[in-house]
Amino acid sequence: MARIRIEHLYKDFVITNNESLHAVKDASLIVQEGEVVVIIGPSGSGKSTLLRSINKLEIPSAGKIFIDDDEVTGSADIRKIREEVGMVFQSFNLFPHLSVLQNIILGPIKVKKMEKSAAKKLGLELLARVGLSEKANSHPNQLSGGQQQRVAIARALAMNPKVMLFDEPTSALDPEMIKEVLDVMLSLARSGMTMLIVSHEMGFASAAADRVVFMDGGEIIEVDTPENLFNNPQLERTKQFLKHIL
Amino acid sequence: MEKITEQETQHTSLIAKLVSKTPVEKKGVTHIQMTDGVLIPKKNDHHVFNSWRLTFFLAVVLLSSLVIFVPKPYRAIFLVVIKGAPVTFQVTILSIMGAIIIGLFCGLGSVAKSRVINMISGVYVEFIRGIPLLVQLIFIYYAMGRLFRIEGMLAAVAALSICFGAYMGEIVRAGIQAIPKGQMEAAIALGLSRSQAFRYVILPQTIKVILPAIGNEFISMLKDSSLVSTIALTDILRKGREYISRTFLSLETMLVVALVYLVITLVLSRLVGMLEERLHKNG
Repeated sequence: MARIRIEHLYKDFVITNNESLHAVKDASLIVQEGEVVVIIGPSGSGKSTLLRSINKLEIPSAGKIFIDDDEVTGSADIRKIREEVGMVFQSFNLFPHLSVLQNIILGPIKVKKMEKSAAKKLGLELLARVGLSEKANSHPNQLSGGQQQRVAIARALAMNPKVMLFDEPTSALDPEMIKEVLDVMLSLARSGMTMLIVSHEMGFASAAADRVVFMDGGEIIEVDTPENLFNNPQLERTKQFLKHIL
Repeated sequence: MEKITEQETQHTSLIAKLVSKTPVEKKGVTHIQMTDGVLIPKKNDHHVFNSWRLTFFLAVVLLSSLVIFVPKPYRAIFLVVIKGAPVTFQVTILSIMGAIIIGLFCGLGSVAKSRVINMISGVYVEFIRGIPLLVQLIFIYYAMGRLFRIEGMLAAVAALSICFGAYMGEIVRAGIQAIPKGQMEAAIALGLSRSQAFRYVILPQTIKVILPAIGNEFISMLKDSSLVSTIALTDILRKGREYISRTFLSLETMLVVALVYLVITLVLSRLVGMLEERLHKNG
């Protein structure tokens, strides 16, 4: 079953009155339930814009996006859809005035109207899952970048989402912290979560992705399994890009 | 062999030259700090701390020595003037609370998504900021007083709240805009509504950011509250003016009035500074 269906998506950013930037051009993509898809491409290729359109942090200019059968781009209640779509940001975006546990249980309590005690139990379980049980009462600024990103993953999981979106989750991290975050993502992928990930981590893409999407200039150029795409790219643009980064 | 020693001696003399050129730290020499924080005064920055300390010391010494050593007429003046302090504080505290409430609505209004609400709060701010506080005060008390009876304290608090509410609105707006965009995005990505995101994520952080600014507004308001003496409220200035009209000791009385205001505002500004430092330390 198709979890995410993107049909002919366009996104233009207006720069001046008669000039606009076409960030995403005619992008179509289907992500099946339980599938892990990694989007790669040079900076400015529209990867993040495509990802952010899925939970309407960017409003597409044209095209359609469906999560299951709910049309994100239509009149469906966007808050209901956002509940089901977890998002992890490059800069973590933890709430600095709340403790780690409070960060995780804010959504369940305020959106899902969960009992506080039940939410706390869930929060502690999720913290154990990302290996940070002892940090429940710390504040985000007391954690390392890698730890903050793991908390951000736990916060997104607390809403029990159907889909997880990752927007360059390791790009803001020091090299020695990248692995701990990728490990959490890998175990999440193995648990059957549907994941769409914008990343530059080719090793992770090889290990975890079912398919890799290569974007350039706002267009989806090539989609294939990681083995095929990395070892035997079909198109010249993909070859050029891979030559630069591998 | 000789060559080596020659080289060695050259070497050592070079070192000696270099060492002698190394700047020796001398007392009283200005050190240029190559950090990005030199323009922001720190607690141990002697310049700022001492200017406050010196002013405070001078004001307290002058006021207390006048009262103690020249009891006639200063002690009598002081005892009369200080009786106005409760009214000054009452007006200021009530008005700052009013201003915070108005400012909160105003600030939220100016960042709201609706253009109409933006306009309303924008026009309010432009309107109020363009009219002098004294004019607003007299307008509310005397001009509106022709339509319905309005009590002095109420008029004073209303005028100060409305006026400072507009400025507070700008502070709140700036505070909200200082919160990184990612905070709102993370909140709505969880499924929170915009108003929930404001309430649980944005505003708690905004309050922390603007607390020192609110403290500074409190100080300006305390000073500007002296304007209420024109509408028959017996604050510090009014007490002084009443005393002058009885005794004609205008210079002596106004000296005491000025010193009382100065001591109060200096104490408050130090408290705001301490608050700022504490917030800074807690990140």
